[in-house]
Amino acid sequence: MYVAVKGGEAAIANAHRLLADRRRGDRALPSITIEQVVEQLGLAVDRVMAEASLYDRALAALAVRQARGDMIEAIFILRAYRTTLPRFGYCEPIDTAAMKIERRVSATYKDLPGGQLLGPTFDYTHRLLDPSLIGDGPVAAPAVKEPGEHIMRVSDILDGEGLIEGDGQMPEGHLAGDLTREPMEFPMPRDLRLQALARGDEGFLLALAYSTQRGYGRTHPFVGEVRIGEVEVELDLPELGFAVSLGTIRVTECQMVNQFKGSAKQPPQFTRGYGLVFGQSERKAMSMSLVDRALRTDEFSEDIVAPAQDQEFVISHADNVQATGFVEHLKLPHYVDFQAELDLVRRMRREAARAPEQEATEQNREAAE
Amino acid sequence: MDANQKHETSPEAADRKEGMRLLARATLAELAAAWEAILDKPEVAPVRGPETGLVMVRGRIGGGGDPFNLGEATVSRATVRLSTGEVGHGQLLGTDKKRARYAAIFDALFQNNAHRPAVEALHRLIAARLATEDRQKAEETAATRVDFFTMVRGED
Repeated sequence: MYVAVKGGEAAIANAHRLLADRRRGDRALPSITIEQVVEQLGLAVDRVMAEASLYDRALAALAVRQARGDMIEAIFILRAYRTTLPRFGYCEPIDTAAMKIERRVSATYKDLPGGQLLGPTFDYTHRLLDPSLIGDGPVAAPAVKEPGEHIMRVSDILDGEGLIEGDGQMPEGHLAGDLTREPMEFPMPRDLRLQALARGDEGFLLALAYSTQRGYGRTHPFVGEVRIGEVEVELDLPELGFAVSLGTIRVTECQMVNQFKGSAKQPPQFTRGYGLVFGQSERKAMSMSLVDRALRTDEFSEDIVAPAQDQEFVISHADNVQATGFVEHLKLPHYVDFQAELDLVRRMRREAARAPEQEATEQNREAAE
Repeated sequence: MDANQKHETSPEAADRKEGMRLLARATLAELAAAWEAILDKPEVAPVRGPETGLVMVRGRIGGGGDPFNLGEATVSRATVRLSTGEVGHGQLLGTDKKRARYAAIFDALFQNNAHRPAVEALHRLIAARLATEDRQKAEETAATRVDFFTMVRGED
């Protein structure tokens, strides 16, 4: 039963005023600009875009600042904002093979066409806190070199030998589903699972991916390739009869190569997991590709023995906006629910206290008989 | 379908498509300066927008397989009609409606023979800036390419 109560308006208004004050912090310090957040906290901005499932750097940076750096709060704000905008249409699928590469590494081939391009990576840094950054003095311009040959996809190299499964195909006539338009249903086809994983919580997917490495649904993975860079986004304009480019977005793609023994129908070949994420986030893209592969149990007749292979478990709990909504709602008033429970516990205790008396009376009666 | 194919193959449509690609990447300063430089400006009437909305960006499973929905992106778009009769469309990523309106105006001007050279000059300006930026990024990335060398083994 719900009982309506009123109250707390003044407290709420003052709490929000206090929040605004604490968000701004010490007024003697300059306020950080949206441009500064975009330029200097770019990976935080990327994470908010990916998990809010909305690509817009400036809006994501605004959300980060408004949320005082609380990533899930920022993701929530941006997710809510997108519901206020009309949908103009579906883009042409992006072509990651034509990506303007900023980083590309492969753990499977040392000398591959295009080479190992490290890009702006944290890898090989010593993870030592750098006190010289407190002052943040002048920074040297990047080194430059003549660009090399075409940067070939690793999956195409293996594909040439027929040793790896092709890029994923859905059944004939299948139309890509859209989680933002239809309710979730299980079993969920791979295209919808990828949409859910692409917006899933990085920490949750990282933990699941890690669990597969530790033996909970092992898939024997190798990073075929991780690439980061800009791709063109094209939208078909019916009034013109052709697709036009709207600009470019940065994405991270991971091709995970996994083992497969083969079956009566198929010769042994490598299988694959796929990760694609807005912005620069190879941790998320790699985790996504590991979980994507783990979830493909039905295609390879694998037994579901671990959490990362259970699509209902994984997909239902990957969305951090849903998760935080349900967990955090517990702090909202549950006064009436709790009063009811309190009454119940008191009644149970009264009954429990009466029980031994009754038992004793019964025993006395038996003894008398 | 026939109309689509005609558009796709016509060089006129290809030029316009390339022009729209460049206009979508133009800065507000580039667009405003080019508009200021036009002497006999036609009147511009709005047909649609400028307005901001979303498009669903799609990826392909495995990079080249069947499509899936990756996530949305903000897009601003506008359609304008010039007093000289041409209708232009502007659409670009982000929430900048001013740039979308300018892009629509220049798309319309591109279809006008008198204004076309000025729009083509703007296209070249944007293309040159993008080429420089892309080149710079590619060179910076190339400098991080690993050159492997084999260590000499101490065999006897």
